[in-house]
Amino acid sequence: MIETRGLNKSYGQLRAVADLNMKIEEGEIFGLLGPNGAGKTTTIRMLTMLTRPTSGEAFIAGHEVSRDLDRVKRAIGVVPQHMNLDQELTARENLELHGRLHKMPAAERRRCIAELLAFVELADRADDLVSRFSGGMKRRLMIARALMHQPRVLFLDEPTIGLDPQARRRIWDLVRQMNGDGVTVLLTTHYIEEAEVLCHQVGVMDHGKLIALGTPAELKERVGRFAVESLNGGEAAYTLYGTREEALRSAGHLEGGVAIRETSLEDVFIQLTGRRVGG
Amino acid sequence: MDFYTVFWREMRVFQRTWWKFLASRLVSPVLYLTAFGWGLGRNIRTDSGSYLDFVVPGIIALSAMTTSFNATGNGVNMSRLYYNTLEEYLIAPISPASLVLGKVLAGTVRGLISSLVILVLGILFGARLAVTGWFFAVTGTTCFLFAALGVVAGMTINSHEDMANFSTFIILPMAFFCGTFFRAENLPGIVAGVVSILPLTHTSYALRLLAAAGTIPVASALVLASYAATFFAAAVWTVRRVC
Repeated sequence: MIETRGLNKSYGQLRAVADLNMKIEEGEIFGLLGPNGAGKTTTIRMLTMLTRPTSGEAFIAGHEVSRDLDRVKRAIGVVPQHMNLDQELTARENLELHGRLHKMPAAERRRCIAELLAFVELADRADDLVSRFSGGMKRRLMIARALMHQPRVLFLDEPTIGLDPQARRRIWDLVRQMNGDGVTVLLTTHYIEEAEVLCHQVGVMDHGKLIALGTPAELKERVGRFAVESLNGGEAAYTLYGTREEALRSAGHLEGGVAIRETSLEDVFIQLTGRRVGG
Repeated sequence: MDFYTVFWREMRVFQRTWWKFLASRLVSPVLYLTAFGWGLGRNIRTDSGSYLDFVVPGIIALSAMTTSFNATGNGVNMSRLYYNTLEEYLIAPISPASLVLGKVLAGTVRGLISSLVILVLGILFGARLAVTGWFFAVTGTTCFLFAALGVVAGMTINSHEDMANFSTFIILPMAFFCGTFFRAENLPGIVAGVVSILPLTHTSYALRLLAAAGTIPVASALVLASYAATFFAAAVWTVRRVC
Protein backbone atom coordinates (compact mmCIF):
# COMPACT_ATOMS: atom_id res chain seq x y z
CA MET A 1 0.00 0.00 0.00
CA ILE A 2 2.89 2.32 0.83
CA GLU A 3 6.38 1.82 -0.50
CA THR A 4 9.50 3.97 -0.52
CA ARG A 5 12.59 3.34 -2.61
CA GLY A 6 15.80 5.11 -1.66
CA LEU A 7 13.93 8.14 -0.33
CA ASN A 8 16.22 11.02 0.69
CA LYS A 9 15.73 14.50 2.05
CA SER A 10 18.61 16.87 2.71
CA TYR A 11 18.55 20.39 4.08
CA GLY A 12 21.99 21.69 3.09
CA GLN A 13 24.50 19.50 4.94
CA LEU A 14 21.83 17.89 7.10
CA ARG A 15 20.36 14.61 5.91
CA ALA A 16 16.91 14.57 7.48
CA VAL A 17 15.98 11.25 5.84
CA ALA A 18 18.65 8.97 4.40
CA ASP A 19 17.97 6.24 1.87
CA LEU A 20 14.64 5.09 3.27
CA ASN A 21 13.33 1.78 1.96
CA MET A 22 10.16 0.41 3.48
CA LYS A 23 7.00 -1.38 2.51
CA ILE A 24 3.69 -1.21 4.31
CA GLU A 25 0.99 -3.75 3.48
CA GLU A 26 -2.70 -2.96 3.08
CA GLY A 27 -4.64 -3.09 6.36
CA GLU A 28 -1.62 -2.61 8.60
CA ILE A 29 -1.07 -0.16 11.40
CA PHE A 30 2.55 0.79 10.88
CA GLY A 31 4.42 2.83 13.46
CA LEU A 32 7.53 4.89 12.82
CA LEU A 33 9.23 5.11 16.19
CA GLY A 34 12.11 7.39 17.05
CA PRO A 35 13.23 10.41 19.03
CA ASN A 36 12.43 13.98 18.00
CA GLY A 37 14.46 14.91 14.95
CA ALA A 38 14.81 11.30 13.75
CA GLY A 39 13.17 12.15 10.41
CA LYS A 40 9.68 10.76 11.08
CA THR A 41 7.77 13.94 10.28
CA THR A 42 9.92 14.63 7.22
CA THR A 43 9.06 11.13 5.99
CA ILE A 44 5.32 11.77 6.42
CA ARG A 45 5.62 15.19 4.78
CA MET A 46 7.31 13.61 1.74
CA LEU A 47 4.64 10.92 1.51
CA THR A 48 1.89 13.55 1.72
CA MET A 49 3.56 15.91 -0.78
CA LEU A 50 4.08 18.76 1.66
CA THR A 51 7.86 18.39 1.21
CA ARG A 52 9.66 17.37 -1.97
CA PRO A 53 12.19 14.54 -1.61
CA THR A 54 15.78 15.32 -2.62
CA SER A 55 15.86 11.94 -4.37
CA GLY A 56 14.12 8.58 -4.43
CA GLU A 57 10.58 7.44 -5.03
CA ALA A 58 7.47 6.87 -2.96
CA PHE A 59 4.36 4.92 -3.96
CA ILE A 60 0.92 5.02 -2.37
CA ALA A 61 -1.81 2.65 -3.55
CA GLY A 62 0.28 2.00 -6.66
CA HIS A 63 0.72 5.68 -7.61
CA GLU A 64 4.08 7.44 -7.54
CA VAL A 65 3.64 10.39 -5.22
CA SER A 66 5.24 13.19 -7.24
CA ARG A 67 3.91 12.05 -10.64
CA ASP A 68 0.33 11.13 -9.76
CA LEU A 69 -0.47 13.95 -7.38
CA ASP A 70 -4.25 14.06 -7.66
CA ARG A 71 -4.77 10.29 -7.35
CA VAL A 72 -2.52 10.17 -4.30
CA LYS A 73 -4.31 13.14 -2.74
CA ARG A 74 -7.62 11.32 -3.10
CA ALA A 75 -6.23 8.10 -1.58
CA ILE A 76 -4.75 9.62 1.58
CA GLY A 77 -5.96 11.34 4.74
CA VAL A 78 -3.51 13.35 6.81
CA VAL A 79 -3.54 14.27 10.50
CA PRO A 80 -0.47 16.46 11.10
CA GLN A 81 1.30 16.84 14.40
CA HIS A 82 0.30 20.48 14.85
CA MET A 83 -3.28 21.68 15.09
CA ASN A 84 -4.33 22.90 11.66
CA LEU A 85 -8.11 23.05 11.93
CA ASP A 86 -9.80 26.22 10.76
CA GLN A 87 -10.54 27.87 14.10
CA GLU A 88 -12.81 30.45 12.53
CA LEU A 89 -15.18 27.69 11.42
CA THR A 90 -17.35 25.28 13.39
CA ALA A 91 -16.63 21.56 13.62
CA ARG A 92 -19.30 20.86 11.01
CA GLU A 93 -17.97 23.55 8.67
CA ASN A 94 -14.43 22.15 8.91
CA LEU A 95 -15.73 18.80 7.68
CA GLU A 96 -17.95 20.50 5.10
CA LEU A 97 -14.95 22.42 3.70
CA HIS A 98 -12.92 19.22 3.48
CA GLY A 99 -15.76 17.37 1.73
CA ARG A 100 -16.19 20.20 -0.78
CA LEU A 101 -12.44 20.33 -1.45
CA HIS A 102 -12.64 16.61 -2.27
CA LYS A 103 -15.64 17.20 -4.54
CA MET A 104 -18.06 15.06 -2.53
CA PRO A 105 -21.71 15.47 -3.52
CA ALA A 106 -23.89 17.37 -1.00
CA ALA A 107 -25.92 14.36 0.18
CA GLU A 108 -22.80 12.27 0.74
CA ARG A 109 -21.18 15.15 2.60
CA ARG A 110 -24.13 15.42 4.97
CA ARG A 111 -24.14 11.68 5.62
CA CYS A 112 -20.38 11.47 6.23
CA ILE A 113 -20.38 14.53 8.49
CA ALA A 114 -23.13 13.05 10.68
CA GLU A 115 -21.41 9.65 10.82
CA LEU A 116 -17.96 11.01 11.56
CA LEU A 117 -19.08 13.50 14.20
CA ALA A 118 -20.78 10.59 15.97
CA PHE A 119 -17.68 8.43 15.47
CA VAL A 120 -15.41 10.95 17.21
CA GLU A 121 -18.11 11.81 19.77
CA LEU A 122 -18.46 15.45 18.81
CA ALA A 123 -22.05 15.39 17.48
CA ASP A 124 -23.28 17.59 20.33
CA ARG A 125 -20.58 20.20 19.61
CA ALA A 126 -21.01 20.17 15.83
CA ASP A 127 -21.95 23.84 15.54
CA ASP A 128 -19.47 25.25 18.02
CA LEU A 129 -16.43 27.16 16.79
CA VAL A 130 -13.31 25.00 16.90
CA SER A 131 -11.47 27.72 18.84
CA ARG A 132 -13.55 26.69 21.88
CA PHE A 133 -12.48 23.02 21.75
CA SER A 134 -10.02 21.26 24.07
CA GLY A 135 -6.83 19.66 22.71
CA GLY A 136 -8.33 16.17 22.68
CA MET A 137 -11.49 17.34 20.90
CA LYS A 138 -9.44 19.14 18.25
CA ARG A 139 -7.34 16.03 17.67
CA ARG A 140 -10.48 13.91 17.27
CA LEU A 141 -11.98 16.40 14.85
CA MET A 142 -8.74 16.34 12.83
CA ILE A 143 -9.09 12.56 12.54
CA ALA A 144 -12.73 12.91 11.48
CA ARG A 145 -11.72 15.49 8.87
CA ALA A 146 -8.97 13.26 7.48
CA LEU A 147 -11.51 10.42 7.11
CA MET A 148 -14.17 12.56 5.38
CA HIS A 149 -13.32 11.54 1.82
CA GLN A 150 -12.92 7.88 2.81
CA PRO A 151 -9.18 7.57 2.20
CA ARG A 152 -7.51 4.16 1.94
CA VAL A 153 -4.42 5.32 3.80
CA LEU A 154 -4.30 7.52 6.87
CA PHE A 155 -1.18 9.36 8.05
CA LEU A 156 -1.09 10.29 11.71
CA ASP A 157 1.91 12.35 12.82
CA GLU A 158 2.32 12.01 16.60
CA PRO A 159 -1.45 11.59 17.05
CA THR A 160 -1.43 11.73 20.85
CA ILE A 161 1.29 14.28 21.55
CA GLY A 162 0.32 16.59 24.40
CA LEU A 163 -2.86 14.67 25.29
CA ASP A 164 -3.79 13.34 28.73
CA PRO A 165 -3.87 9.53 29.19
CA GLN A 166 -7.66 9.33 28.82
CA ALA A 167 -7.74 11.32 25.58
CA ARG A 168 -4.79 9.25 24.33
CA ARG A 169 -6.73 6.00 24.85
CA ARG A 170 -9.73 7.37 22.97
CA ILE A 171 -7.49 8.17 20.01
CA TRP A 172 -6.05 4.64 20.12
CA ASP A 173 -9.59 3.22 20.08
CA LEU A 174 -10.43 5.38 17.06
CA VAL A 175 -7.31 4.23 15.21
CA ARG A 176 -8.13 0.57 15.88
CA GLN A 177 -11.73 1.05 14.75
CA MET A 178 -10.87 2.71 11.46
CA ASN A 179 -8.17 0.15 10.84
CA GLY A 180 -10.87 -2.48 11.41
CA ASP A 181 -12.84 -0.76 8.65
CA GLY A 182 -9.95 -1.41 6.28
CA VAL A 183 -7.91 1.82 6.47
CA THR A 184 -4.14 1.36 6.32
CA VAL A 185 -2.50 3.53 8.98
CA LEU A 186 0.99 5.00 9.09
CA LEU A 187 1.65 6.78 12.36
CA THR A 188 4.73 8.31 13.89
CA THR A 189 5.32 8.37 17.60
CA HIS A 190 8.00 8.80 20.16
CA TYR A 191 5.84 7.11 22.78
CA ILE A 192 7.02 3.53 23.17
CA GLU A 193 3.71 2.36 24.59
CA GLU A 194 1.81 3.70 21.59
CA ALA A 195 3.90 1.71 19.14
CA GLU A 196 3.71 -1.33 21.40
CA VAL A 197 -0.06 -1.52 21.86
CA LEU A 198 -1.22 -0.14 18.54
CA CYS A 199 1.12 -1.16 15.74
CA HIS A 200 1.34 -4.38 13.76
CA GLN A 201 4.70 -3.32 12.35
CA VAL A 202 7.25 -0.92 13.77
CA GLY A 203 10.07 0.85 11.98
CA VAL A 204 12.70 2.34 14.27
CA MET A 205 14.23 5.56 12.98
CA ASP A 206 17.28 7.40 14.22
CA HIS A 207 19.28 10.20 12.59
CA GLY A 208 17.19 9.92 9.41
CA LYS A 209 17.84 6.20 8.97
CA LEU A 210 15.54 3.24 9.38
CA ILE A 211 17.59 1.06 11.75
CA ALA A 212 15.15 -1.78 12.40
CA LEU A 213 11.88 -3.06 11.01
CA GLY A 214 9.51 -5.78 12.24
CA THR A 215 6.59 -6.62 14.51
CA PRO A 216 7.06 -5.52 18.14
CA ALA A 217 7.52 -9.21 19.09
CA GLU A 218 10.17 -9.76 16.39
CA LEU A 219 12.11 -6.69 17.44
CA LYS A 220 12.12 -7.80 21.06
CA GLU A 221 13.11 -11.32 20.02
CA ARG A 222 16.06 -9.85 18.21
CA VAL A 223 17.58 -8.22 21.33
CA GLY A 224 16.35 -10.84 23.85
CA ARG A 225 12.89 -11.20 25.31
CA PHE A 226 13.82 -11.00 29.00
CA ALA A 227 15.56 -8.26 30.92
CA VAL A 228 17.32 -8.69 34.23
CA GLU A 229 17.54 -5.46 36.19
CA SER A 230 19.84 -5.08 39.11
CA LEU A 231 20.71 -2.34 41.52
CA ASN A 232 24.45 -2.37 41.84
CA GLY A 233 25.85 0.11 44.37
CA GLY A 234 22.99 2.54 43.75
CA GLU A 235 23.36 2.31 39.96
CA ALA A 236 20.66 0.55 37.94
CA ALA A 237 21.85 -1.76 35.17
CA TYR A 238 20.18 -4.38 33.04
CA THR A 239 21.03 -7.15 30.65
CA LEU A 240 18.83 -8.82 28.03
CA TYR A 241 18.49 -12.58 27.56
CA GLY A 242 16.88 -14.73 24.90
CA THR A 243 15.08 -17.13 27.27
CA ARG A 244 13.54 -17.02 30.72
CA GLU A 245 15.95 -19.75 31.91
CA GLU A 246 19.02 -17.76 30.94
CA ALA A 247 17.59 -14.71 32.65
CA LEU A 248 16.82 -16.67 35.83
CA ARG A 249 20.27 -18.23 35.86
CA SER A 250 21.97 -14.88 35.54
CA ALA A 251 19.70 -13.32 38.18
CA GLY A 252 20.73 -16.09 40.60
CA HIS A 253 24.35 -14.91 40.44
CA LEU A 254 23.49 -11.31 41.26
CA GLU A 255 23.43 -9.80 44.71
CA GLY A 256 21.10 -7.08 45.99
CA GLY A 257 17.77 -6.10 44.38
CA VAL A 258 17.08 -8.01 41.16
CA ALA A 259 14.02 -7.92 38.89
CA ILE A 260 13.19 -9.95 35.79
CA ARG A 261 10.77 -8.47 33.27
CA GLU A 262 9.83 -8.80 29.63
CA THR A 263 11.75 -6.66 27.19
CA SER A 264 10.02 -3.48 25.97
CA LEU A 265 10.48 -1.58 22.70
CA GLU A 266 12.34 0.98 24.78
CA ASP A 267 15.01 -1.68 25.50
CA VAL A 268 15.10 -2.45 21.78
CA PHE A 269 15.67 1.19 21.00
CA ILE A 270 18.42 1.55 23.59
CA GLN A 271 20.14 -1.59 22.30
CA LEU A 272 20.02 -0.30 18.75
CA THR A 273 21.09 3.27 19.39
CA GLY A 274 22.70 3.36 22.80
CA ARG A 275 20.22 6.06 23.81
CA ARG A 276 16.71 6.35 25.19
CA VAL A 277 13.90 7.42 22.80
CA GLY A 278 13.33 10.60 24.76
CA GLY A 279 17.06 11.40 24.96
CA MET B 1 -15.85 25.09 -9.31
CA ASP B 2 -13.09 24.38 -6.79
CA PHE B 3 -12.47 28.10 -6.45
CA TYR B 4 -16.00 28.45 -5.13
CA THR B 5 -15.20 26.14 -2.19
CA VAL B 6 -12.28 28.39 -1.24
CA PHE B 7 -14.48 31.45 -1.69
CA TRP B 8 -17.30 29.77 0.30
CA ARG B 9 -15.01 29.35 3.33
CA GLU B 10 -14.01 33.01 3.24
CA MET B 11 -17.64 34.10 3.03
CA ARG B 12 -18.67 31.85 5.96
CA VAL B 13 -16.09 33.60 8.10
CA PHE B 14 -17.12 36.99 6.72
CA GLN B 15 -20.78 36.37 7.55
CA ARG B 16 -19.72 35.79 11.14
CA THR B 17 -17.51 38.88 11.45
CA TRP B 18 -18.97 41.41 8.97
CA TRP B 19 -19.95 43.93 11.65
CA LYS B 20 -16.40 43.97 13.04
CA PHE B 21 -15.07 44.37 9.50
CA LEU B 22 -17.47 47.23 8.71
CA ALA B 23 -16.75 49.06 11.96
CA SER B 24 -12.98 48.82 11.47
CA ARG B 25 -13.30 49.84 7.80
CA LEU B 26 -15.28 52.94 8.78
CA VAL B 27 -12.62 54.46 11.02
CA SER B 28 -9.90 55.59 8.62
CA PRO B 29 -12.20 56.84 5.81
CA VAL B 30 -14.18 58.91 8.30
CA LEU B 31 -10.89 60.38 9.53
CA TYR B 32 -9.71 61.06 5.95
CA LEU B 33 -13.04 62.52 4.92
CA THR B 34 -13.19 64.74 8.00
CA ALA B 35 -9.57 65.88 7.91
CA PHE B 36 -8.92 66.23 4.18
CA GLY B 37 -12.37 66.56 2.70
CA TRP B 38 -14.32 68.52 5.17
CA GLY B 39 -11.73 70.24 7.42
CA LEU B 40 -8.62 70.97 5.38
CA GLY B 41 -10.36 70.83 2.03
CA ARG B 42 -13.21 73.22 2.76
CA ASN B 43 -11.29 76.18 1.38
CA ILE B 44 -9.60 74.38 -1.48
CA ARG B 45 -11.17 74.78 -4.90
CA THR B 46 -10.27 72.55 -7.77
CA ASP B 47 -11.09 73.08 -11.43
CA SER B 48 -13.72 70.35 -11.24
CA GLY B 49 -15.57 71.64 -8.18
CA SER B 50 -15.10 71.11 -4.45
CA TYR B 51 -12.09 69.33 -2.95
CA LEU B 52 -14.50 66.81 -1.42
CA ASP B 53 -15.63 65.78 -4.94
CA PHE B 54 -11.94 65.47 -5.82
CA VAL B 55 -10.82 63.51 -2.78
CA VAL B 56 -13.63 60.93 -2.42
CA PRO B 57 -12.63 58.90 -5.53
CA GLY B 58 -9.04 58.97 -4.22
CA ILE B 59 -10.08 57.66 -0.81
CA ILE B 60 -12.16 54.95 -2.51
CA ALA B 61 -9.09 53.94 -4.53
CA LEU B 62 -6.79 53.74 -1.52
CA SER B 63 -9.37 51.91 0.55
CA ALA B 64 -9.96 49.35 -2.24
CA MET B 65 -6.21 48.77 -2.29
CA THR B 66 -5.54 48.46 1.45
CA THR B 67 -8.62 46.37 2.24
CA SER B 68 -8.10 43.85 -0.55
CA PHE B 69 -4.36 43.61 0.01
CA ASN B 70 -4.73 43.10 3.77
CA ALA B 71 -7.61 40.64 3.39
CA THR B 72 -5.58 38.16 1.34
CA GLY B 73 -2.07 39.15 2.46
CA ASN B 74 -2.64 38.76 6.19
CA GLY B 75 -5.08 35.88 5.70
CA VAL B 76 -2.72 33.81 3.55
CA ASN B 77 0.36 34.72 5.60
CA MET B 78 -1.31 33.77 8.91
CA SER B 79 -2.78 30.58 7.49
CA ARG B 80 0.61 29.58 6.07
CA LEU B 81 2.86 30.48 9.00
CA TYR B 82 0.70 30.57 12.10
CA TYR B 83 -2.54 28.58 11.78
CA ASN B 84 -1.15 26.05 9.26
CA THR B 85 -4.62 25.93 7.67
CA LEU B 86 -3.11 26.41 4.21
CA GLU B 87 -2.02 22.75 4.33
CA GLU B 88 -5.65 21.67 4.15
CA TYR B 89 -5.82 23.24 0.67
CA LEU B 90 -2.37 22.05 -0.40
CA ILE B 91 -3.16 18.38 0.32
CA ALA B 92 -6.59 18.63 -1.33
CA PRO B 93 -7.02 17.68 -5.00
CA ILE B 94 -7.56 21.27 -6.18
CA SER B 95 -5.42 23.33 -8.53
CA PRO B 96 -3.27 26.25 -7.36
CA ALA B 97 -5.27 28.52 -9.70
CA SER B 98 -8.54 27.55 -7.97
CA LEU B 99 -7.06 28.27 -4.55
CA VAL B 100 -5.77 31.67 -5.67
CA LEU B 101 -8.99 32.60 -7.48
CA GLY B 102 -11.13 31.76 -4.42
CA LYS B 103 -8.92 33.81 -2.10
CA VAL B 104 -8.63 36.73 -4.54
CA LEU B 105 -12.38 36.90 -5.18
CA ALA B 106 -13.03 36.93 -1.42
CA GLY B 107 -10.50 39.77 -1.04
CA THR B 108 -12.22 41.58 -3.91
CA VAL B 109 -15.61 41.31 -2.18
CA ARG B 110 -14.18 42.80 1.01
CA GLY B 111 -12.50 45.59 -0.96
CA LEU B 112 -15.71 46.38 -2.85
CA ILE B 113 -17.75 46.51 0.34
CA SER B 114 -15.32 48.91 1.98
CA SER B 115 -15.31 51.07 -1.18
CA LEU B 116 -19.08 51.14 -1.12
CA VAL B 117 -19.03 52.26 2.51
CA ILE B 118 -16.82 55.23 1.58
CA LEU B 119 -18.95 56.06 -1.42
CA VAL B 120 -22.04 56.26 0.81
CA LEU B 121 -20.15 58.23 3.47
CA GLY B 122 -18.75 60.60 0.83
CA ILE B 123 -22.23 61.28 -0.51
CA LEU B 124 -23.48 61.84 3.06
CA PHE B 125 -20.63 64.34 3.54
CA GLY B 126 -21.95 66.17 0.47
CA ALA B 127 -19.77 64.96 -2.40
CA ARG B 128 -21.40 64.94 -5.85
CA LEU B 129 -20.31 61.89 -7.81
CA ALA B 130 -21.55 60.20 -10.98
CA VAL B 131 -21.54 56.50 -10.16
CA THR B 132 -21.70 54.21 -13.20
CA GLY B 133 -21.01 50.56 -14.00
CA TRP B 134 -17.49 51.52 -15.13
CA PHE B 135 -16.89 53.11 -11.73
CA PHE B 136 -17.53 49.73 -10.06
CA ALA B 137 -15.60 47.85 -12.76
CA VAL B 138 -12.50 49.96 -12.12
CA THR B 139 -12.89 49.61 -8.35
CA GLY B 140 -13.41 45.83 -8.67
CA THR B 141 -10.34 45.41 -10.91
CA THR B 142 -8.29 47.40 -8.40
CA CYS B 143 -9.51 45.16 -5.56
CA PHE B 144 -8.73 42.05 -7.64
CA LEU B 145 -5.18 43.11 -8.49
CA PHE B 146 -4.28 44.10 -4.94
CA ALA B 147 -5.89 40.94 -3.54
CA ALA B 148 -3.67 38.97 -5.95
CA LEU B 149 -0.64 40.99 -4.82
CA GLY B 150 -1.68 40.13 -1.25
CA VAL B 151 -1.51 36.43 -2.09
CA VAL B 152 1.98 36.89 -3.57
CA ALA B 153 3.13 38.73 -0.43
CA GLY B 154 1.41 36.28 1.92
CA MET B 155 2.97 33.29 0.16
CA THR B 156 6.52 34.65 -0.10
CA ILE B 157 7.07 36.78 3.01
CA ASN B 158 8.18 34.68 5.96
CA SER B 159 7.24 36.70 9.02
CA HIS B 160 4.43 38.89 10.27
CA GLU B 161 6.93 41.66 10.86
CA ASP B 162 8.01 41.66 7.22
CA MET B 163 4.36 41.66 6.15
CA ALA B 164 3.92 44.84 8.18
CA ASN B 165 7.12 46.23 6.61
CA PHE B 166 5.78 45.50 3.12
CA SER B 167 2.62 47.43 3.98
CA THR B 168 4.63 50.33 5.40
CA PHE B 169 7.16 50.62 2.58
CA ILE B 170 5.05 49.70 -0.45
CA ILE B 171 1.33 50.04 0.27
CA LEU B 172 1.32 53.12 2.51
CA PRO B 173 3.37 55.39 0.15
CA MET B 174 1.09 54.37 -2.73
CA ALA B 175 -1.93 55.33 -0.61
CA PHE B 176 -0.61 58.89 -0.42
CA PHE B 177 1.29 59.46 -3.70
CA CYS B 178 -0.87 57.78 -6.32
CA GLY B 179 -3.16 60.71 -7.05
CA THR B 180 -5.35 60.01 -4.07
CA PHE B 181 -5.22 63.35 -2.20
CA PHE B 182 -3.58 65.48 -4.89
CA ARG B 183 -2.69 65.17 -8.57
CA ALA B 184 0.27 62.86 -9.12
CA GLU B 185 1.56 65.24 -11.85
CA ASN B 186 2.32 67.78 -9.11
CA LEU B 187 5.10 65.57 -7.75
CA PRO B 188 8.73 66.36 -8.69
CA GLY B 189 9.82 64.93 -12.09
CA ILE B 190 11.33 61.53 -11.39
CA VAL B 191 8.89 60.72 -8.58
CA ALA B 192 5.98 61.61 -10.85
CA GLY B 193 7.45 59.27 -13.47
CA VAL B 194 7.62 56.35 -11.05
CA VAL B 195 4.19 57.07 -9.63
CA SER B 196 2.65 57.25 -13.11
CA ILE B 197 3.33 53.56 -13.71
CA LEU B 198 1.86 52.39 -10.39
CA PRO B 199 -1.60 50.81 -10.59
CA LEU B 200 -3.27 52.93 -7.92
CA THR B 201 -2.44 56.12 -9.88
CA HIS B 202 -4.54 54.78 -12.74
CA THR B 203 -7.34 53.83 -10.37
CA SER B 204 -7.47 57.33 -8.84
CA TYR B 205 -7.31 58.93 -12.26
CA ALA B 206 -10.02 56.71 -13.78
CA LEU B 207 -12.36 56.92 -10.80
CA ARG B 208 -12.05 60.71 -10.64
CA LEU B 209 -12.76 61.04 -14.33
CA LEU B 210 -15.74 58.69 -14.13
CA ALA B 211 -17.12 60.39 -11.00
CA ALA B 212 -17.08 63.71 -12.90
CA ALA B 213 -19.31 62.07 -15.54
CA GLY B 214 -16.41 61.49 -17.94
CA THR B 215 -15.76 58.39 -20.07
CA ILE B 216 -13.53 55.47 -19.14
CA PRO B 217 -9.83 56.24 -19.84
CA VAL B 218 -8.94 53.20 -21.97
CA ALA B 219 -5.19 53.32 -21.33
CA SER B 220 -5.67 53.30 -17.54
CA ALA B 221 -8.22 50.49 -17.79
CA LEU B 222 -5.72 48.43 -19.80
CA VAL B 223 -2.94 49.14 -17.32
CA LEU B 224 -5.14 47.94 -14.46
CA ALA B 225 -6.20 44.80 -16.35
CA SER B 226 -2.55 44.01 -17.13
CA TYR B 227 -1.54 44.40 -13.48
CA ALA B 228 -4.47 42.16 -12.47
CA ALA B 229 -3.42 39.43 -14.92
CA THR B 230 0.27 39.68 -13.95
CA PHE B 231 -0.31 39.60 -10.20
CA PHE B 232 -2.77 36.74 -10.56
CA ALA B 233 -0.26 34.70 -12.55
CA ALA B 234 2.44 35.52 -9.99
CA ALA B 235 0.12 34.42 -7.16
CA VAL B 236 -0.56 31.08 -8.87
CA TRP B 237 3.17 30.61 -9.34
CA THR B 238 3.90 31.22 -5.64
CA VAL B 239 1.31 28.57 -4.69
CA ARG B 240 2.49 26.08 -7.33
CA ARG B 241 6.01 26.37 -5.91
CA VAL B 242 4.93 24.82 -2.60
CA CYS B 243 2.58 22.08 -3.80
